[in-house]
Amino acid sequence: MSGHSTYEPKNPVAKWFDKQLPILSMSHDFLVFPTPKNLNYLWTFGGILSMCLVIQILTGIVLAMHYTPHVDMAFNSVEHIMRDVNYGWLIRYIHQNGASMFFIAVYIHILRGMYYGSYKSPREILWILGVIILLLMMATAFMGYVLPWGQMSFWGAKVITNLFSAIPFVGDWVVTLLWGGFTVDNPTLNRFFSLHYLMPFMIAGVVALHIWALHIPGSNNPTGVSVKSGQDTVPFHPYITMKDLFAAIVFLILFAFFVFYKPNYLGHSINFEVADALKTPEHIVPEWYFLPFYAILRAIPDKLGGVLAMGGAIVVLFFLPWLDTSRVRSAKFRPIFRQFFWLFVINVFILGVVGANPAEGWWIIVGQFSTAYYFLHFLVIIPLVGMIENPKPLPASISESVLASQPKGEPAAQPAE
Amino acid sequence: MSTLDSHDSERRDFLYIGTGAFAAVGTAMAVWPFIHQMNPDASVKALASVELDLAPIEEGQSITISWRGNPVFVRHRTAAEIEEANSVPIEDLPDQDARNANLPEGTPATDVNRVIDGKDKFLVMIGVCTHLGCVPVGEAGEFDGWFCPCHGSHYDTSGRIRKGPAPENMPVPQYSYVSDTLIKIG
Ligand code: HEM
Ligand code: FES
Repeated sequence: MSGHSTYEPKNPVAKWFDKQLPILSMSHDFLVFPTPKNLNYLWTFGGILSMCLVIQILTGIVLAMHYTPHVDMAFNSVEHIMRDVNYGWLIRYIHQNGASMFFIAVYIHILRGMYYGSYKSPREILWILGVIILLLMMATAFMGYVLPWGQMSFWGAKVITNLFSAIPFVGDWVVTLLWGGFTVDNPTLNRFFSLHYLMPFMIAGVVALHIWALHIPGSNNPTGVSVKSGQDTVPFHPYITMKDLFAAIVFLILFAFFVFYKPNYLGHSINFEVADALKTPEHIVPEWYFLPFYAILRAIPDKLGGVLAMGGAIVVLFFLPWLDTSRVRSAKFRPIFRQFFWLFVINVFILGVVGANPAEGWWIIVGQFSTAYYFLHFLVIIPLVGMIENPKPLPASISESVLASQPKGEPAAQPAE
Repeated sequence: MSTLDSHDSERRDFLYIGTGAFAAVGTAMAVWPFIHQMNPDASVKALASVELDLAPIEEGQSITISWRGNPVFVRHRTAAEIEEANSVPIEDLPDQDARNANLPEGTPATDVNRVIDGKDKFLVMIGVCTHLGCVPVGEAGEFDGWFCPCHGSHYDTSGRIRKGPAPENMPVPQYSYVSDTLIKIG
């Protein structure tokens, strides 16, 4: 996308069209875009995420045709979708489980970036755009979860909107503004529906910027070594398109497993009960993808402190490019960082388990310890390890690393037997 | 620089600042309706008051009614509960403000200041945890009052926060006795 395209359509009509709207040469540049030839399957999640967004938008538009955003009718209209609307059950189960699949993909995508140092120069803006997408996704999923107006919908909405009341001075004003009333009620449901419809399109816009920012430096790769020559790359089509497609199909198999065999496994049975503003369910928990952040919120025994810690857990990601002091991108060549990376992953899982359990007894201690470690990882371990670690020698180029990984003495390609 | 020049540039600065300020105020005025439309509308604010007869509520019994979409707890307290609430030194309270809409702000959170004088058997308060808004469970927790299961806040028999992440006592709404046993909330 940078620079001027060298592509010229042969067909005279296409030529005339492309001169006025260069959409053909842009698509062509997209397809021949040089991509590192050593990308592994972790690089297919960008494509998978784009697919997830399209699936959510298509199923969402269909749901909106049958859904009613009113406190007296919302719950029943979702049941109506499930029982009466032709294939309504399928569309809704795809949308509901699609949100979970979306988050599985985005978390893998982010961890991929953290492992291979994809956030490091010259890709800081790309990374920041990614964190913005994550925030928008969280807001979208949160508001979507409110729409079926079950008990968990209502109380999730109440607790999360109340987080804003911790803001000094203006907190209560902000919360009233969000609610449009004295509590979560019909005005809240109405505006959440409007915003839940809007935000996926905002995500699509930021995704476009994200991909634009990707196409300036090009993809990072498992060695973290920059592309040096044409030897290091393959054209996006057919090499990456086919690989992405294959990965997407495997991902869809997992997706279909949930939709057809375990459609409610990732949800909460409490949401089959209609919202009751006078009765909080005994144990309220957010959807699985928010659990680590929920654990951080509860780890701090202070309202404002808890809210700041939870927000900080995401905000710290924005600063990651500048917190990392290492000259080397990929964890493949960083023996110490690599171990801390896996500790970080384990710690996030522990936070998730803590978030799913009631805040009592040992869970409180474990939650506080894990929260401290989460921030320690970003604020102390990452800067320090980058300074003291002795990275392993880097390959001279991507090509060299690819050749070196081939078994010795064997030709690079063998005829089929 | 000649005097004329500096005069000119001062004039230009003034024009820049003036134009900028005008544009900023204009933009703010145009944006405000889009923000304010989200605030509670006239129909929401019109849901003003509810009345409740306290006579059928036995000692040791609580009821929950809905006022402006929020639960309001009305509890007919036992003598032991009132005594327990009175026995706490105010310095031991995390929130020492009575949070009673019928009394001025900053009134100390003694038990009498949480009820209407002479009617201290009846505790009336908005049953919303001041942490993140869950509805606490009655006759529970370490202080025999209310316990919020969401993140573990304990309230005493006067509805005051004693332990846990909630920062404030549960608020007492504006209410008054219309007759000896009839209250009007709001
Ligand atoms: C980023 C993309 C999106 C995500 C992550 C997302 C997420 C969610 C979630 C988690 C639910 C609750 C599902 C349940 O428990 O029933 C939901 C419901 C809903 N969403 Fe979305 N959504 C997205 C895009 C859209 C779009 C673009 C629309 C409309 C055009 C839409 C319309 C709806 C409707 C009408 C419901 C309520 C029906 C129901 O609960 O199944 N969504 N969404
Ligand atoms: S909402 Fe009651 S303790 Fe958090």
